[in-house]
Amino acid sequence: MQPMDILAVQRALNQFANREIYLHLETTNGAYAAHRGEQAMAVCAYIRNGRIRYQRGTLAGHGPYRVGLKMESGWVYGEGLTDWEMDGQGRLLLAGHDAEGRLAIALELSESPFDL
Amino acid sequence: MNFHERHVLVVFPHPDDETFGKAGLIAQYTQAGTPVTLVCGTLGQMGRNMGKPFFANRETLPSIRERELRNACKVLGIADLRLLGFRDKTLEFEDPEILVNQVQSLLEEIHPSVLLTYYPQHGVHPDHDALSAAAVTAVARLPITERPVVYASPVTKHARQELGPPSFELDVTPVLNIKLAALQAHKSQTEAMLKEWEAKIANSSVAHEEMMKSLSHEAYWTYPV
Repeated sequence: MQPMDILAVQRALNQFANREIYLHLETTNGAYAAHRGEQAMAVCAYIRNGRIRYQRGTLAGHGPYRVGLKMESGWVYGEGLTDWEMDGQGRLLLAGHDAEGRLAIALELSESPFDL
Repeated sequence: MNFHERHVLVVFPHPDDETFGKAGLIAQYTQAGTPVTLVCGTLGQMGRNMGKPFFANRETLPSIRERELRNACKVLGIADLRLLGFRDKTLEFEDPEILVNQVQSLLEEIHPSVLLTYYPQHGVHPDHDALSAAAVTAVARLPITERPVVYASPVTKHARQELGPPSFELDVTPVLNIKLAALQAHKSQTEAMLKEWEAKIANSSVAHEEMMKSLSHEAYWTYPV
């Protein structure tokens, strides 16, 4: 992955608009966050292969970045995104890494289902 | 301790579980010529460590971790690796019978004399608890005379208070280089931690000594089945 390229990512978000696509969205502070006493509790949420269609997708902020996908009847939102990649399968991978390089958030879009 | 066993079955949900805190015992077994089969429940697809600097992403992580696991197995002398193909963080939501049956069929195939797993309900990670519960349930379904002894690893901080002292403690200094090599094999998961350790011990012989002492020490609790 590379540090966020605003123009390239915005272009990719535009490409995925108005199409039935697969979404992977997650945030995590690590399964051992509470065990290590770093935080009060381990918190994680993810959805893999959610099917969405959005009309307007926007990258915002000055780094870390935010993404908002406006759907006909709802929103997809992610904050803390630092890096991006368009992988060999044409999937847009966005992620936010902390100072240790650990993944804190991922927001990914694909035409075909993500592997299980 | 005698490391000659008929066969050791190791049951953990994530690549690297077999290495953290347990690589020493496993290496002692394989060095003694004991065959070891490792069952790995998932590919740790949802790990947040990606290397330092990060070289994996959410989609490449599974294949990277599988490769790392195969390398760690080579280092540890584990000749037989079985991947169950579940998804990270989801074991507790599967039908428990499916997990129990998977372990049970391996028990019937391999007839291990020892089984290593996490200590049920002391695993901290929900996957640890789900798979260790399945493993001890599968053992309990065997006739008493065919049951392997279960050496369980708790992760919880209060383990000694609740479980009492470990059944045995091991100084794995003779295989410490193997244990370190296994840790390094899991690069995506351990690189950040190992760099932190190196920085800590670089200027302090006391810190170095403490680190080696802690790495050389492993403790196991026999789980009553």
